[in-house]
Amino acid sequence: MFTATRLNRRSYRTQSLAKAVFFLMTVALVIPVLIIVGTLVVKGGPAISWEFLFTAPRDNMTAGGILPALVGTIWLVVVALLASVPVGVAAALYLSEYAPDNLLTRTINLAIINLAGVPSIVHALFGVGAFVYFFNMQQSILAAGLTLAIMTLPVVIVATRESLQAVPHAFREACWNMGATRWQTIRKVVLPNSISGILTGVILEVSRTAGETAPIMFTGAAAFLAFLPESVFDQTMAMSYHLYYTATQATDVPEQLTFGVALVLIAIVLAMNATSIGFRVYLRGLKKW
Amino acid sequence: MVDGNGAAEVANGAVGPLYDAAPIIEVQDLSISYDGKTALQDVTLDIYRHEIFGIIGPANSGKTSFLRALNRMEAFNLGMEVRGSVSINGKNINDWQNEYALRSRIGVVFPLPVGLPLTVYENVAFSPRLRGIRKRAQLDEVVERCLTRAALWDEVKGRLDSLGSLLSGGQQQRLTIARALSQEPELLLLDEFSIAIDPVTTMRIEDVLKELCGELTIVLVTNLVQQARRLADRTAFFLMGELVEIGATEDLFEGKVKDERTTGYIEGRFG
Repeated sequence: MFTATRLNRRSYRTQSLAKAVFFLMTVALVIPVLIIVGTLVVKGGPAISWEFLFTAPRDNMTAGGILPALVGTIWLVVVALLASVPVGVAAALYLSEYAPDNLLTRTINLAIINLAGVPSIVHALFGVGAFVYFFNMQQSILAAGLTLAIMTLPVVIVATRESLQAVPHAFREACWNMGATRWQTIRKVVLPNSISGILTGVILEVSRTAGETAPIMFTGAAAFLAFLPESVFDQTMAMSYHLYYTATQATDVPEQLTFGVALVLIAIVLAMNATSIGFRVYLRGLKKW
Repeated sequence: MVDGNGAAEVANGAVGPLYDAAPIIEVQDLSISYDGKTALQDVTLDIYRHEIFGIIGPANSGKTSFLRALNRMEAFNLGMEVRGSVSINGKNINDWQNEYALRSRIGVVFPLPVGLPLTVYENVAFSPRLRGIRKRAQLDEVVERCLTRAALWDEVKGRLDSLGSLLSGGQQQRLTIARALSQEPELLLLDEFSIAIDPVTTMRIEDVLKELCGELTIVLVTNLVQQARRLADRTAFFLMGELVEIGATEDLFEGKVKDERTTGYIEGRFG
């Protein structure tokens, strides 16, 4: 007989309920994001102008723009990238493609995951001790950038390793069986098919670097510099630190200006993430299996 | 190529004149286990140059493990452990420090086809390129010859630039065969090569294999007892990790067997 039993009906009700709960949770997740972005746009939007983006702050931060901070953030991100990507990708390649599955490898993997969980202030203090004093880099873009690199290294490694592992093992075996070495296999088959994931990981890392305050506070960020940095050995202003400073340290800063800084910062991060998603979509279109 | 120390030991049911006297593969007390679970136990046999050596047996009898060991695949199979010795051309395969050089001389086809995520052309040109062949004309020639032998050329000649991984299952299987042939191997290991291929095409490939054994040696693992009968010069019967019997294929199929179980399997009474 084609009628629903009581058990059928009960499973159907449970299923509807589960779906509703999960949907509500998803909505609850989106609401705070909308509120934050909305507030920033409403309160900070009016501050955005050519002058705001392309001049230095004036009158004890109470007027003027954010150019030195914007440029400084770009410097920091570039230094952090150049330091962490080669090291991170190489380490991930070793761990994923070469390392034997033994206690040491598992310990290293575990350590990397834990490293990703270390609070950024701890990285900051490490950076002060190691780069600023021990390597005598003083407070500089180099010291701050390297501190950011150390902090983001685990993210790069984990993201890279995961995208490498997403390439089916059968492809590797097929290559090895033809006598290809591990490196030939990586270069011809594994990397071309994991590059989208690796790029995504790298860009996500960049956006995180742009937003961090603690690691650069003691290693290279300055509250106010009227000029732009000329080399990696200069101190610099940075967006995240500028936001912290105008919001809590400087007095009589117009609210609109602080919100403007926050809006620009979040716009940078969102733009980077959007680029990353764009990359991923584009490269996935080229995916070959 | 032929080495000195294969002193024409006619053991294991070899029928002399058909083959060169020196075995190409000498397997001595080969045992294979996965995480301590035995898959193959104390197998000793010789495989002769230019023969097609068939291996039959029900699931879980150790046939595939045997092939894997010949190619030193334990290096990338976690938990696979190999004991005993395998010599190819008189040299123990574990004495090859450069295991890649060893594998490049052995073509392998496994039952699940793997089209590499490269174009059809590059799939077949992969191994020649590893050997250092750069000239386009030379590569073209190898690709066409191998695809023709694998009975795939006519179907893909118009789209050599499309992706190998997007071919149908049966086509990918033949692509895998073409790739194995492109290595110009001395030894070809086939594990259920025809499982995804229609019977007519299978026959075409079987004909090619018969021609090929003038140039190389083929080890053929198959679940199709009749395929072993059609192709193999000698056939070994594996059962639950044990080499039950080995002999000239005709003898096995005409009932000249030493072990009841062999007849039972060949006649389909179990397995």
